[in-house]
Amino acid sequence: MKAWQAGIASTILMIALWQAIVTLTGLPRFILPPPGLVAETIWESRELLAEHAVITIAEVLIGLVLGAALGWLSAIGLTASPVARALVRPMLVFSQAIPVFALAPILTLWLGYGLGSKIAMALIIIYFPVTSSFFDALMRTNPDWLGLARVMGAKGWRIMWHIRIPAALPGFASGLRLAAVYAPIGAIIGEWVGASKGLGYLMLLANGRAKTDLMFAALIVLAIFTLILHATVSRLAGRLFERSES
Amino acid sequence: MPPAPTLQLRGSASFGDDPVFSGIELTAEAGKWTCLLGSSGVGKSTVLRLFAGLGEGVDFAGSYDAGDGSLEGRVALMAQSDLLLPWLTVSQNIGLGAKLRGETVDHTRVADVLNRVGLPDKATSKPSELSGGQRQRVALARTLMEDRPIVLLDEPFSALDAKTRSQMQELAVELLAGRTVLLVTHDPAEASRLGDAILVMQTERIDHVAPPSGAVPRPVDDQAVLMVQAQLLARLREEAA
Repeated sequence: MKAWQAGIASTILMIALWQAIVTLTGLPRFILPPPGLVAETIWESRELLAEHAVITIAEVLIGLVLGAALGWLSAIGLTASPVARALVRPMLVFSQAIPVFALAPILTLWLGYGLGSKIAMALIIIYFPVTSSFFDALMRTNPDWLGLARVMGAKGWRIMWHIRIPAALPGFASGLRLAAVYAPIGAIIGEWVGASKGLGYLMLLANGRAKTDLMFAALIVLAIFTLILHATVSRLAGRLFERSES
Repeated sequence: MPPAPTLQLRGSASFGDDPVFSGIELTAEAGKWTCLLGSSGVGKSTVLRLFAGLGEGVDFAGSYDAGDGSLEGRVALMAQSDLLLPWLTVSQNIGLGAKLRGETVDHTRVADVLNRVGLPDKATSKPSELSGGQRQRVALARTLMEDRPIVLLDEPFSALDAKTRSQMQELAVELLAGRTVLLVTHDPAEASRLGDAILVMQTERIDHVAPPSGAVPRPVDDQAVLMVQAQLLARLREEAA
């Protein structure tokens, strides 16, 4: 069975299970709507869903680009400077001890109800995985390559540019893959805490009005977007940054 | 190329409290091949690292120099692993030194050295597309491109199969002619073929073994070469015992 065939089979199985649970338990549709109803809602509310999805997608993509860029720069800075490593790494580790959920209200207070606070959430949640996986890869450069470069008379940033960074790109790529999965989480948390648009906001709204089918619809749209984002980032990162090591 | 200098080292080395070698005196004559033989762990590679300027972490008491002054910028290094960067083409790997120094890569010379190692059609290949022997040829081309009067070889042929190894030895002697070459090796046969001087290193002294007569590279099946090879092996076994 090929990967896409397995994917389709597994999707069908999941929907069948879902339908079976609804049928067997007899749960009312405001607790667990059947898959058919959710599909119908996705179609009927497509304009509403699209309107909110665009906002969430924008937050995620901007957060992803900014977080990746900031992670890239931080990792290089940390690698280049032992002083920065000594001072900043404990801060990074400490920052990981703070649950991102707990930051959402503060960010909303500081940055308002608009896109800014959600982009910041997405950025914060992906910054650490990107930075740490790229940084680890930068620090793992084959020491013999570095020795050879020094014998050749390489100076300063040229070793970073010609050897360390290209050697560490596969590490950056794996950071980006994680980031593609985490970024939507950040944006949705941001929207739950305070927003007037976005899929997370729509889910809360639907929940408040007991429109469970719309909640599920928004959830499925979000999941599909995340899957597409992850697949795209994976392919792009693979093509740009990975190679067969020999 | 500027005239090749004589390499000298005299002293003791340790890693913190672990002594590596002590009271060693070593000379590698100008423009000749000097083979440094010895069991693992006697510090052959440490000697090479010191000469290469990669001796941080080594506590060295003594002196080493090029006889006529500083070693800086006059040394090229070739190791057991070819150290080719997998993301660069063969040509780019050969031009790496210039790139790292911020100089313009001389593409005519890159093509020339690639020709001399016998791989003119591999310029745009990636290292992963080459065989082990071809990769070591590229490493040799990169060493030639650096055009340094002193060449340090750290078992560069030891991972190759016997036939490829003997061919690489001949090619290296031909192309590195006139340079001061210090070859660290485990292999008595290699030392016997390639050494204008053969040094056997132990932790507290270096012995000179008379090389077979004749210019390097000596034929693999020469009686005298085989005799010296056998002597060297017997000697290494004795030390280890």
